[in-house]
Amino acid sequence: MSGYSRDEMMTVAAARMLWDDCVTFVGIGLPSAACNLARLTHAPGLVLIYESGTINTRPTVLPLSIGDGELAETAACVVPLPEIFSDYLQAGRVDVGFLGAAQIDRHGNLNSTVIGPYSRPRTRLPGAGGATEIAAHAKQVFIVMKASPRSFVAALDFRTSGGHFAGRAASGARGGGPSVVVTDVGILKPQAASGELALAVLYPGIPVEEARAAVGWPLALRPEIEVIAPPTAAELEALRALEARTAAAHRQPVRLPT
Amino acid sequence: MTDFLPLSGAIAKHVADGASIALEGFTHLIPFAAGHELIRQRRRELHLIRMTPDLIYDQLIGMGAARRLTFSWGGNPGVGSLHRLRDAVEHGWPRPLELDEHSHAGMAAAYRAGAAQLPFGVLRGYIGTDLPAENTRIQSVNCPYTGEQLATVPAINPDVTILHAQRADRRGNVAIEGIVGAQREAGLAAKLLMVTVEEIVDELPPAMNSVLLPHFVVGCVSHCPGGAWPSYAQGRYARDNDFYQRWDEIARDRARFSAWMARHVLGTTDHRGFLDSLRPVVA
Repeated sequence: MSGYSRDEMMTVAAARMLWDDCVTFVGIGLPSAACNLARLTHAPGLVLIYESGTINTRPTVLPLSIGDGELAETAACVVPLPEIFSDYLQAGRVDVGFLGAAQIDRHGNLNSTVIGPYSRPRTRLPGAGGATEIAAHAKQVFIVMKASPRSFVAALDFRTSGGHFAGRAASGARGGGPSVVVTDVGILKPQAASGELALAVLYPGIPVEEARAAVGWPLALRPEIEVIAPPTAAELEALRALEARTAAAHRQPVRLPT
Repeated sequence: MTDFLPLSGAIAKHVADGASIALEGFTHLIPFAAGHELIRQRRRELHLIRMTPDLIYDQLIGMGAARRLTFSWGGNPGVGSLHRLRDAVEHGWPRPLELDEHSHAGMAAAYRAGAAQLPFGVLRGYIGTDLPAENTRIQSVNCPYTGEQLATVPAINPDVTILHAQRADRRGNVAIEGIVGAQREAGLAAKLLMVTVEEIVDELPPAMNSVLLPHFVVGCVSHCPGGAWPSYAQGRYARDNDFYQRWDEIARDRARFSAWMARHVLGTTDHRGFLDSLRPVVA
């Protein structure tokens, strides 16, 4: 299969790692596309939880915001937000939590708070939201970020969410931390002993050098680097149809209330 | 007894300069009309509390109404930055803003504690993060039974919580449908709860297991159709995603922001006027 974008490869790669009946805690953007693609293809029993309180939602189009009406209307139930965080996430009932950030370091720690010092930031970012506790308590964390030396950095400006940081085992975190970092060139996975991220998977046609150049620290390599299969025709068709439905739905003009 | 007042009268009566106020609603049912009325009445020195400041706090902050912000995620959902919030934090414009920053789980626990009238909330949270180093209100406690160290956050008890809901009845019972966020907890945590509603009905049907704020916790109800726009009211009108995208352009520039606020908020007398000012002119 030729003629696919890197975004599509990234989305498909993330979707393939999800399994039927997996309970996922989903964010907006590419993670939401990946989870819904998995649900529409190989994992029809995938359970989507959005932090707005919608459980087992089955949207026909991708939401623009985490609290779109579509998510509530197609959910098995809608619960108050404190319940999602305490009784589902903290209680250890989420298999996979998705995270992205402005910065990631070699141990999968994430920054979505500030660039520059906290008290006088050069760039104030949105902040933690659900990320800190997703990083701690989801059984696994899938990080999804485009690779560039600006975002894959040697040292974070601020640690919003913990990856494989020193002392994690005794920290009270219930989950295992990041198990994969899905980028637009390949997939990084933590080394068993150190928790340091290493290149484990490359997308077709992308050389190792490109992956190393996209990361702001000397990137470790797994002894055997797998080259993942390109998106299948069925995967691309399902993803493009989902995105076309989404675009059409979001083009509908909204009438101001009277 | 629940008061029934027009929104302008409710704000004038219940929200003082310097008050701590929570306008809750997670993406859904955000009380925009009430926020605009705070701006029209030139409230100052407010302590704003909201998990997701959203466009309404971007507007209040940009108009200089806020001294302090308690929050857990300060972006424009699905779009990007809140430029007025960023300008206040990065450049102190139009005035510096104190931050009391949390995670969603932490703020949810703080609202729950507030609703239960407990002094603090407890959670297995703030693990592996720098947040407690920057916010000394995030502390910890050792469990008396297991010895485990758990994070604590002081209860949030706003002077006034303002919510938007679909319906109230004439006694002041308030019914909410759809995504409820932390509305119930924020409402019960408040010293005074004000609610704007799409519709006031003679009687609400029995609401087994659904979200209802009973009249004896509701201080004041104002009839305000469309009061959540550009967020939405499930079953009434949809979220105006296009406006959220346009806001990125409006708010990016100080002068453009100020002109927009002058025309559509300060230049109108109420929420109906605000909505009418945004309707395309029909020839």
